[in-house]
Amino acid sequence: MLQIACPYCGVRDEEEFRYGGESHVARPGPEASDAAWADYLYNRTNPKGVQRERWLHAYGCGRWFNMARDTITHEVLAVYRMGEPAPDLPGRVR
Amino acid sequence: MKRYSFLTLLGGALTGQRSWRPAWRDPEPRASYDVVIVGAGGHGLATAYYLASKHGIRRVAVLEKGWLGGGNTGRNTQVTRSNYFWPQSAAFYDHSLRLYENLSRELDFNVMLSQRGILTLAHSEHELEGLRRWANAIQINGVDSELVSRAEIARLVPLLNLDGRFPVHGGFIQRRGGISRHDAVAWGYARAADALGVDILQQCEVQGFRRQGNRIVGVETSRGDIAAGSVVLCVAAHTSVLAAKLGLRLPISSMALQAMVSEPVKPCLDTIVLSPVVHVYVSQSDRGELVIGGGADVYASYAQRGGLPVLHANLTALLELFPVFSRLRLMRQWAGTVDITPDTTPIMGRTPFDNLYINCGWGTGGYKAIPAGGDTMAHTIATGEPHPLIRDFGLERFERGALIDEGAAAGVAH
Repeated sequence: MLQIACPYCGVRDEEEFRYGGESHVARPGPEASDAAWADYLYNRTNPKGVQRERWLHAYGCGRWFNMARDTITHEVLAVYRMGEPAPDLPGRVR
Repeated sequence: MKRYSFLTLLGGALTGQRSWRPAWRDPEPRASYDVVIVGAGGHGLATAYYLASKHGIRRVAVLEKGWLGGGNTGRNTQVTRSNYFWPQSAAFYDHSLRLYENLSRELDFNVMLSQRGILTLAHSEHELEGLRRWANAIQINGVDSELVSRAEIARLVPLLNLDGRFPVHGGFIQRRGGISRHDAVAWGYARAADALGVDILQQCEVQGFRRQGNRIVGVETSRGDIAAGSVVLCVAAHTSVLAAKLGLRLPISSMALQAMVSEPVKPCLDTIVLSPVVHVYVSQSDRGELVIGGGADVYASYAQRGGLPVLHANLTALLELFPVFSRLRLMRQWAGTVDITPDTTPIMGRTPFDNLYINCGWGTGGYKAIPAGGDTMAHTIATGEPHPLIRDFGLERFERGALIDEGAAAGVAH
């Protein structure tokens, strides 16, 4: 069971949240090629190690936020609000 | 290859079982191979076997960072079925099921296929309508499936609670669906491929690729560099990790899919029961254990272990359907790391690199695809052209928008 610290509500159990996939995926403009559009829609970094990802506090405040989490250990390394830059995690990014 | 038979068994019995030899060699890596297959799971081993047996390509190595069959091949719930909605999927998976039906004879290795039928339940009239559409589509695809009434289900599965929180309204069954022994599939392909000259190199991790322009000329491994004519990635959820070494991005998310078994009991369930709504499926193994599975865990993971919330959801769903199982103890629980694609259809075939092929994206359903996956990949590598059965499964479908959305047909929602 993950313990996730919602930046608005504090620490809650994993079951209150919904996972929203990789974060910081930038939507290309209307001039984007088919390849760039497919990359945006479907391709993911899918890292083995630290991933920055979106979560929704579905059964809480109902707000989205970002999280840095290790996909091997499941350790939550940082939680930050939408729009905030991803924090540096020196020594952690594999 | 020494053939297995009743006589070899009898001969062994008369000589204290001292005549058995290892089923495959443990060779040293050669400097180069025509084809290097990364990953000695079912798909990698089957690809090697069909390359050697059907196409005469025998300078083949299968590289495995752990032990063969130790990843998802040894962690799944052993279900084989071909009840898919879309014609491309049905044709592919039915080819696989037909290969499974003859696999014990072909490999001279008993994979213990038991075609006991897979029963999918509907818990409302609307869902029954959906299943009727699905079952009709399967029939039009030329695959067996039949609707079964509530009364028939009661006869078929006497222990099933038809009047739980979500009452059973009916369902459909694919009678050719079944279970087999996953270790035997890996071992059978390994032994048959090895006998044809394929080198299976265990404890040999691929750490990088050697490139010349757009060609991959070799792999760097923990046991030294190996030159390769072609390279095939059959590494499921780690495909993203290896592809990233080449700057290649893929539409794959790696998640944990867990399964569990109960303590063994006498035979009480002779079909596979699957409920998409409460989201669980169960069968009974030859050893008497109930084999239980459900949906994947909800977040990205390479941990090969599942979380407690999903375990709890699987078991409460099982006990809703089979209250009598509440007295059983759980014996083991584990997870595999599965490679989920946006349309839950695999990715097979060529890549932007000239001689690099991929076979991945099986998500929660790669086991049933092993024979056809190997057969069609071998054809693709040997001829340079995608096998007709996997022409629509290529990586380029995402750019073209030609997705094959099997999310519904996978039986359980992902």
